[in-house]
Amino acid sequence: MSAVREAFERARSEGRRALIPYLTAGYPSPERFLDYALGLAEEADLFEVGLPFSDPLGDGPVIQRASERALAQGVRTKKVLELVERLSHKTDVPLLLMTYINPVLAYGKERFFRDFAEAGIKGVVLPDLPPDEDPEVARAAGEAELATVFLLAPTSTDRRIEVVTGYTTGFVYAVSVTGVTGARDRLPEEIGALVRRVKAKTELPVAIGFGISGEATARQAVEAGADGVVVGSALIRAIEAGEDPREVLRAVRRGATL
Amino acid sequence: MEGFRFLDFPVPDERGRFGPYGGRYVPETLIPALEELEAAYEEARRDPEFLATYRRYLKDYAGRPTPLYFAERLTEELGGAKVYLKREDLAHTGAHKINNTLGQALLARRMGKRRVIAETGAGQHGVSVATVAAMFGLEAVIYMGEEDVRRQALNVFRMELLGAKVVPVSSGTKTLKDATNEAIRDWVTNVRTTFYILGSVVGPHPYPRMVRDFQSVIGQEIKAALLEKEGREVPDAILACVGGGSNAIGAFAPFAYEEPRPRLIGVEAAGEGLDSGHHAASIAAGKRGVLHGSYMYLLQDEDGQIAPAHSVSAGLDYPGVGPEHSYLADLSTVEYAAVTDEEALEGFKLLSRTEGIIPALESAHAVAYAAKVVPAMDRDEIVVINISGRGDKDVAEVKRILEERS
Repeated sequence: MSAVREAFERARSEGRRALIPYLTAGYPSPERFLDYALGLAEEADLFEVGLPFSDPLGDGPVIQRASERALAQGVRTKKVLELVERLSHKTDVPLLLMTYINPVLAYGKERFFRDFAEAGIKGVVLPDLPPDEDPEVARAAGEAELATVFLLAPTSTDRRIEVVTGYTTGFVYAVSVTGVTGARDRLPEEIGALVRRVKAKTELPVAIGFGISGEATARQAVEAGADGVVVGSALIRAIEAGEDPREVLRAVRRGATL
Repeated sequence: MEGFRFLDFPVPDERGRFGPYGGRYVPETLIPALEELEAAYEEARRDPEFLATYRRYLKDYAGRPTPLYFAERLTEELGGAKVYLKREDLAHTGAHKINNTLGQALLARRMGKRRVIAETGAGQHGVSVATVAAMFGLEAVIYMGEEDVRRQALNVFRMELLGAKVVPVSSGTKTLKDATNEAIRDWVTNVRTTFYILGSVVGPHPYPRMVRDFQSVIGQEIKAALLEKEGREVPDAILACVGGGSNAIGAFAPFAYEEPRPRLIGVEAAGEGLDSGHHAASIAAGKRGVLHGSYMYLLQDEDGQIAPAHSVSAGLDYPGVGPEHSYLADLSTVEYAAVTDEEALEGFKLLSRTEGIIPALESAHAVAYAAKVVPAMDRDEIVVINISGRGDKDVAEVKRILEERS
């Protein structure tokens, strides 16, 4: 079993759902990113690193701002490789890489996944790639022994669920809302229906993301049947406000503990 | 001619690919909406009633067919081929954009969507969407970069006068690229109730196909008018400016896939020069990649980050070019050239002075390149320049630039 799947098992054996914090690489600065990331990873089951992209059309204002700030400091693919490598030397928590497809294509699919796997990445999340649009991507990630994670949304039809899970080896990233990333006070009720429809088609773990902001939303996700929760914007918002993002993660942990 | 027809073109394929280009690189949330849109469009284009309604609005509302005008003094001045102008500047709202917005608004109405959204750069597409939304009684929200809101205050007022809500976009470069990101984010969020009226032959499938089909009225009318005036449908060359590429594809498509084929020349914006790094010439100086849901030629750095575009003409100020153009460039079916801001300003003045027609700065790029190729052609040859829009919107900006220089 891959390190990514094992992380879900381990969390479950500890009476929780998997905690998956996200930070944009290089935000607020390359060095401070490493400090925050390490602190969060220590209290998490998986850790998601974002490779910033100039046009993040799946992201809300908070992650947009973080991406712009990282890019303005010259954080590009090579720098993210370096940051990932340094991070992976200091933590055993499996690292995921989230990025839009264009930086992958510009670097070369095979080389991109191979280099990130060597740097210590265990899985990839690609929010703007319906996997059947370019099957070579999932294949190249698999050859580099990276787990693949694709998104499904409340609007996804049963046919799309079948197609997308067919390319997934890590977990299903269930988007809680029709919308972009961003912390919310409540998740829509329909998320339960999506998780049930996904679970009817696959044995893969399902993590809920978009809108997870603290204990209440994490609990809602667990009640909806999630095996894990992803939290990103709420952490970055805490950093922006000069607060400790681990407090947000701890609140999410309380909600995700049974 | 009985009017516009939905033509069958050999591309895209069922997956929305023009060769390797196009496709659907969007968040999964939108895939069902794109499938629904594709099915609705497919059904509409086979429905004689939809066709009749669309033709009626093209004629009575947009004022089509637009004239194919023999530019006698420009022909004399250039001293080569006979020059005709396709007068899209005379269509309602002053540009070719209305061909597409009418088609998509009719489709939105047919799909029962009461809210439409759009991106706009200089505001031409935004005004066009606001116009048809007013006419059909739809709610319209237009995303526009903060930088463009400032530069194009008059168009913002126009859209508001027409009842649309204009949302300034402050992310990224604060221009068309970022306005498009924001429109897509709105669509992801409100996909169940909202129709996204995309303004060019870019974006995820089926947009590049659908916008091309609606805009192909331009090429279809060129054929009919030339037959009447010159006894033949096919000219020797057609020139059009290319940003995202909708006016060009509309003029070219009815000619591009059959023989005999005229020289088809797409003119990109070379801005301050292709070597300056400040231009919008995605084909001449870009690399392939994905932006706004489609695989196409793009301006980007070596890490795949999208590079800002530059052109004196806001309508060409976009860092990508539609997938069909990317495909036709690889096949060499269409020649792509690029002219600088400086040359475009000369084209702007040339057409104003010789024909009493002030073209949009976008269209002035096509005029400027025509001034280079026409003199070398024979007098019995025929050239058509697509005047995609009128230049009233640009007069203040051109005045400012010319005064700055003197």
